[in-house]
Amino acid sequence: MQKRSIIPIVYILFLMLPIYWLVAMSFKTTNEILSGFSLFPQTFTLENYVTIFTDPSWYWGYINSIIYVSINTVISVAVALPAAYAFSRYRFLGDKQLFFWLLTNRMAPAAVFALPFFQLYSAVGIFDTHLAVALAHCLFNIPLAVWILEGFMGGIPKELDETAYVDGYSFPRFFGTIFIPSIKAGVGVAAFFCFMFSWVELLLAKTLTAVAAKPIAATMTKTASSAGYELGLLAAAGTLTIIPGAIVIWFVRNYIAKGFAMGRV
Amino acid sequence: MKTENQKAWFFVLPVLVLVAFNALIPMMTVVNYSVQETFGDNVFFWQGLDWFEQILRSERFHAALGRQFLFTFLILIIEVPLGIIIALSMPRKGFWVPVCLVTMALPMLIPWNVVGAMWNIFTLPDIGLLGYFLNHVLGISYDMTQNPLAAWVTIVTMDVWHWTSLVVLLSYAGLVSIPDAYYQAAKIDGASNWAVFRFIQLPKMKTVLTIAILLRFMDSFNIYTEPFVLTGGGPGNSTTLLSIDLVKIALGQFDLGPAAAMSLIYFAITLLVSWLFYTLMTKDDLN
Repeated sequence: MQKRSIIPIVYILFLMLPIYWLVAMSFKTTNEILSGFSLFPQTFTLENYVTIFTDPSWYWGYINSIIYVSINTVISVAVALPAAYAFSRYRFLGDKQLFFWLLTNRMAPAAVFALPFFQLYSAVGIFDTHLAVALAHCLFNIPLAVWILEGFMGGIPKELDETAYVDGYSFPRFFGTIFIPSIKAGVGVAAFFCFMFSWVELLLAKTLTAVAAKPIAATMTKTASSAGYELGLLAAAGTLTIIPGAIVIWFVRNYIAKGFAMGRV
Repeated sequence: MKTENQKAWFFVLPVLVLVAFNALIPMMTVVNYSVQETFGDNVFFWQGLDWFEQILRSERFHAALGRQFLFTFLILIIEVPLGIIIALSMPRKGFWVPVCLVTMALPMLIPWNVVGAMWNIFTLPDIGLLGYFLNHVLGISYDMTQNPLAAWVTIVTMDVWHWTSLVVLLSYAGLVSIPDAYYQAAKIDGASNWAVFRFIQLPKMKTVLTIAILLRFMDSFNIYTEPFVLTGGGPGNSTTLLSIDLVKIALGQFDLGPAAAMSLIYFAITLLVSWLFYTLMTKDDLN
């Protein structure tokens, strides 16, 4: 048992090394970074973080990202819930084809859609809004949410539905007060995956925004190219993008372990 | 089992509308471009299937496609066995389980451009941790902006770093669903470790592994941001994968026709290979 735990420890160390380096860089001054190699920050500085928290073009990047990610998660899970219920409980004309078609959208390279998306959302008049990015991310998040929720709902026996109807529950009341609470782990996992894929995506988010809804990722790429060699600032911005993910994953940690097996993802 | 009910369509309708809005309209735009030529000003000429022929014959496309398959093949052959090995050696209960799960999932929650930037900083020859270690401690000359091999090793390592945890988490989920009784029975029969793996653990992991391989195939085949930020497709064209090449043609050169044709061929290949994977891996279940 002792010998075996070497493998996960080495793996986790491997995962942490680049992250450590990013965090270490974020506490160094530009001078120190450029003057040569040092394992720990020699002249510890918070200046990079101060820049980010005082400059609106920086911190609005984070706020924008969090806004569209939240909108997307809410929309995706809300529309996926009834759809997943339909797929898991009923047979209807074209159900299998529809399910497969939904999944194929998960396979479409975002690069394929970048330009048409720009034209579509400009034509509808919501280019450079949080809603545009949130809706665009629905393309791959809704199929994923349906897939996960359908897996979780399949694990709930049909007798639950039938008993509730016999007891005189209407469908909305049954769905809201009995069914959703009984798959709340699945809802948590689905929301987590929607958050994750919307948070990490850059290509569409960057294509669909200009100023007002610009995501942090786009602010970073712009800084990386225009400000030359401000590695410390870039590292600090990068470090801050890890935090929301770390918080979210801590909340769902128990669901994830159980959830992965129950839902098929 | 399931009851026939056409009203279920109403439940699916919101999903259908939202996804169709995002999928069908842009897809029709792409199809439109792929059969026309434009010189700007919204003036289009019918071009037929010329673009498709041009792309299918172009050596540039063949080269990018070859690099894409090589990349996907390499990461699958590393990440899948590695993920299974790590999942097998993880603790099953106790304090360390959530710690392992959370730290392992962390790389997947980092925005893709940050992953690229992070690996860039990590591998800089003189001031990056890995770059410094290789160049100045081990004395291996390593600079991925100069050496195509170094660039390839770096993007593959980066992807292993980024996504092996997905295979680990899915395999682990399959493993914890095995009841203890199975292991006890195996122990009584005197089964070797290999036999336990081959006849108990592997079959239980099959469904989740199918999902893991499919997801890894689709995502690695569509990868864009991370290698773009890290290497920009270079040195030369050595790490220009399909998506990077596509964006270069579509947004860099603004050759909409060829880019659209390439998009459709690209999408068709992804669909076809995913379908092949899926049928091959689920074939046994049907028999």
